[in-house]
Amino acid sequence: MSLAPPSPAKIWGWLDTIPDPEIPVISLVDLGVIRAVEWQQETLVITITPTYSGCPATAIINRDIETTLRQKGIENLRLIRRLSPAWSTDFLSEKGRAALQRYGIAPPHTAAGPKSCPRCGSENLEKTSQFGSTPCKALWRCRDCLEPFDYFKCI
Amino acid sequence: MEKNAALFQFLCRMGDNTLVLGHRVSEWCGHAPVIEEDIALANTALDLLGQTQLWLELAGTVEGKGRSADDLAFLRDVWDFRNLLLVERPNGDFGHTLLRQFLFDAWQNIILARLTESRDQRIAEIAEKAAKEAAYHVERSSGTVIGLGDGTDESHRRMQAALDRLWPYVGEMFCGDAADQTLAAAGIAPRPEDLRSAWDAHVNAVLDAATLARPDSDFAHKGGRDGTHTEHLGYILADMQFLQRAYPGAAW
Repeated sequence: MSLAPPSPAKIWGWLDTIPDPEIPVISLVDLGVIRAVEWQQETLVITITPTYSGCPATAIINRDIETTLRQKGIENLRLIRRLSPAWSTDFLSEKGRAALQRYGIAPPHTAAGPKSCPRCGSENLEKTSQFGSTPCKALWRCRDCLEPFDYFKCI
Repeated sequence: MEKNAALFQFLCRMGDNTLVLGHRVSEWCGHAPVIEEDIALANTALDLLGQTQLWLELAGTVEGKGRSADDLAFLRDVWDFRNLLLVERPNGDFGHTLLRQFLFDAWQNIILARLTESRDQRIAEIAEKAAKEAAYHVERSSGTVIGLGDGTDESHRRMQAALDRLWPYVGEMFCGDAADQTLAAAGIAPRPEDLRSAWDAHVNAVLDAATLARPDSDFAHKGGRDGTHTEHLGYILADMQFLQRAYPGAAW
């Protein structure tokens, strides 16, 4: 190969353009599932930590990473699954948290629940279910504006 | 028991528990009393199936015969399954399903915490991942058991009946055998007997809060961990394995 391979910083930038398949307002980098990007000789190795062990988005995430990087001209690519340290909502980026809030999903706050309603900002809230439309979310409702909303579970 | 055989057996036990219970819980999809509970049950089933993938994949690796997690899930027959009899019990009503989930969650939460200290790094990593999900499950099922046990006369009656019916399936979780001894000696997994006091402490506290009476008898049905199952497992497998049996190798 005559050209120098793209730097890991550049590749992180590319990965930051890939939307989460279920919450497309945040990127895979925002979600915190990409733990390492490194060249091992001629091979680009991407280390990925799954959010929930049964989350059906995991397979799509791998496929989207592969498709994007191949389009950027990466030929030798290896995706590695890493279970430990287990994924945590602490891995979410600040940019991602702000994007969730704007989209109407309360970002992770504490195990007890969200800080405030993503629509009106009220802190007068109630939980309707510990689970929601995807494994990473729970259902809450604002007692002031009465809107139901998703809460990104804190784990 | 030779260590590798014991390890394979243990991993099948872990993976078959989550596979069979995950299948049972998924039978509720579209049938739960309210949509929030329907979603909660489906999500719980999904976590359990995800954990199954991790346990059975490692089982296949340890066995060394080239079997994948899918091969183990879809191409073994009843006598090769190693799950507890508890998890193959039919769902019954909603309260019965949640009580069965609670009895299992309380156990799973304890064993996974212990397995995070396994000397087998692969097991410790799966346990670390699954423990987060199990902690969430036991919080929900404990809360639901308390809500329904200490609820209306009708819900209390149904929860007590479910507890009385399921109690004889509790003891099997704590009955160790030669394979368990081998793994305990190697620091890979805890002795099942050693999990009982922590389980009792959690379960007793929840049953108290739920105003449910813990049954007196400690009679225990056993056999699932060795491949001797109730008639119910065959029906589950007929449902679950149909596609791979009728169309071998069919892919999604």
